[in-house]
Amino acid sequence: MNFNGPFVTVSLHMGDEINLVEKSRIMDAAAMNRALRRLSTEIVEKNQGAEGLYLVGIRRRGVPLAEKIRDKIEAIEGQAPLFGILDITLYRDDLSTVGANPVVNRTELTEDIEGKNIILVDDVLYTGRTIRAALDQLMDFGRPNKVQLAVLVDRGREHRELPIQADFIGKLVPTKQTEIIKVMLKEFDDVEAVGIFEKPVD
Amino acid sequence: MDKPFRRRDLLGIRDLSASEITGILDTAENFREISTREVKKVPALRGKTIINLFFESSTRTRTSFEIAAKRLSADALNISVAASSLSKGETLLDTALNLDAMAPDCIVVRHSSAGVPHQLAKVSRAAIVNAGDGANEHPTQALLDAMTIREHKGKIDGLEVAIIGDILHSRVARSNIHLLTKLGAKVRVAGPGTLVPSAFQYLVEAGLTVCDHVEDAIRGADVVMILRIQRERQDSAYFPTLREYSIHYGLTDARLDLAKKDAIVLHPGPMNRGIEIASDVADSSRSLILDQVKYGVAVRMAVLYLATGGGTQAGTD
Repeated sequence: MNFNGPFVTVSLHMGDEINLVEKSRIMDAAAMNRALRRLSTEIVEKNQGAEGLYLVGIRRRGVPLAEKIRDKIEAIEGQAPLFGILDITLYRDDLSTVGANPVVNRTELTEDIEGKNIILVDDVLYTGRTIRAALDQLMDFGRPNKVQLAVLVDRGREHRELPIQADFIGKLVPTKQTEIIKVMLKEFDDVEAVGIFEKPVD
Repeated sequence: MDKPFRRRDLLGIRDLSASEITGILDTAENFREISTREVKKVPALRGKTIINLFFESSTRTRTSFEIAAKRLSADALNISVAASSLSKGETLLDTALNLDAMAPDCIVVRHSSAGVPHQLAKVSRAAIVNAGDGANEHPTQALLDAMTIREHKGKIDGLEVAIIGDILHSRVARSNIHLLTKLGAKVRVAGPGTLVPSAFQYLVEAGLTVCDHVEDAIRGADVVMILRIQRERQDSAYFPTLREYSIHYGLTDARLDLAKKDAIVLHPGPMNRGIEIASDVADSSRSLILDQVKYGVAVRMAVLYLATGGGTQAGTD
């Protein structure tokens, strides 16, 4: 760890926001909606309805996606599944990295997870490290009957750094490591779309 | 977007900007939920060592810091003065250097002399958190008071806050005056003339009002903050008797009626019932003394997390 004496500020890695170039757009709002509709159907089919089902969105972008899936399941089944939010910051495996400065947000699991069928929802599955953190945190809240994973985009198994796979996938997009998948949602961005981005070559 | 809390050391509120204070309070609010879980522990500070170095007695603050550290999975250990080498003649600086050689990540320090945390910060590689230095500052107390006010009033900006009692010796008052004026509250202080120093003139310019009568300070207040009368300083004859103090400055139901209908009462503890605060006021629903203690754990979790590497800036995925 660096020695930052009294009153000395730690440099924040705010300059990480390099301008990214969008190489291609792989989903528009309509395609996202169709994929989420299919995911919702698959979830209720595999779990025989909404009974005992508990959707848990992972901050930030998993939360609006989980809300959309909840609404679609309610429309299909006439019953809304339970809903919660995980903030995995305090369970990250890179917390001790200098300059990471991760920001803590609130976890909201008001309903007991004991014996429930949990569906973790996130935007992109890449290395699997976020899901590992989410699973660890979930287990601190109790013993669910079963945990499944739903993602809008799976970047493919070759990037995985942990033995974690998704049960429900909106779109499988094999990517290079240099590429960045961005799920844009109206809650955070101007548009609702999924794009492949790359750092510009100088 | 808020500027992040960027200091490793938390030495006082005076050094912080309004957005840094807000950043700490927002982070603390997100830590509250952890203490309501069945497993009240997160792995965030696993492998970090936090030393509570207390040269002055304390039950509440030390326990609060220890619980906060343990709920974050840090290894916390307590050093109190009676058990330390200081009683064998070691200087403060040597103690600090020896502790530092054992590579702690954070040292929480309380001392009866103002400026001790600042001295430690100069020589230590660990982040230093001030848990009270003499009559100077007690930043985490002001933060937990602010959190309590925010929770019950929804804001701090524009509120009228009365601080009553021994302003002269109170680090709680100093930290609170800095914090509340920075966040836009109107602060009024009142107490025996001997205990309200004129050196606070620089704060008058920042919006502090010094009242001659306790009634003037309380009238129309949203928040009434009562300070502990430090009975250990009674010998110095700042006021004639405790009974007289109680008659002229104690918070009674009648005095509290001058405040707004929904005014809340804060006290940093330990309380002298029947002296600075009447028992029926202390036990009423307007008194939030136990909320303050509860929020203290969340505030200290946030401070330890931020001092050892966390951030407050919104907008990361």
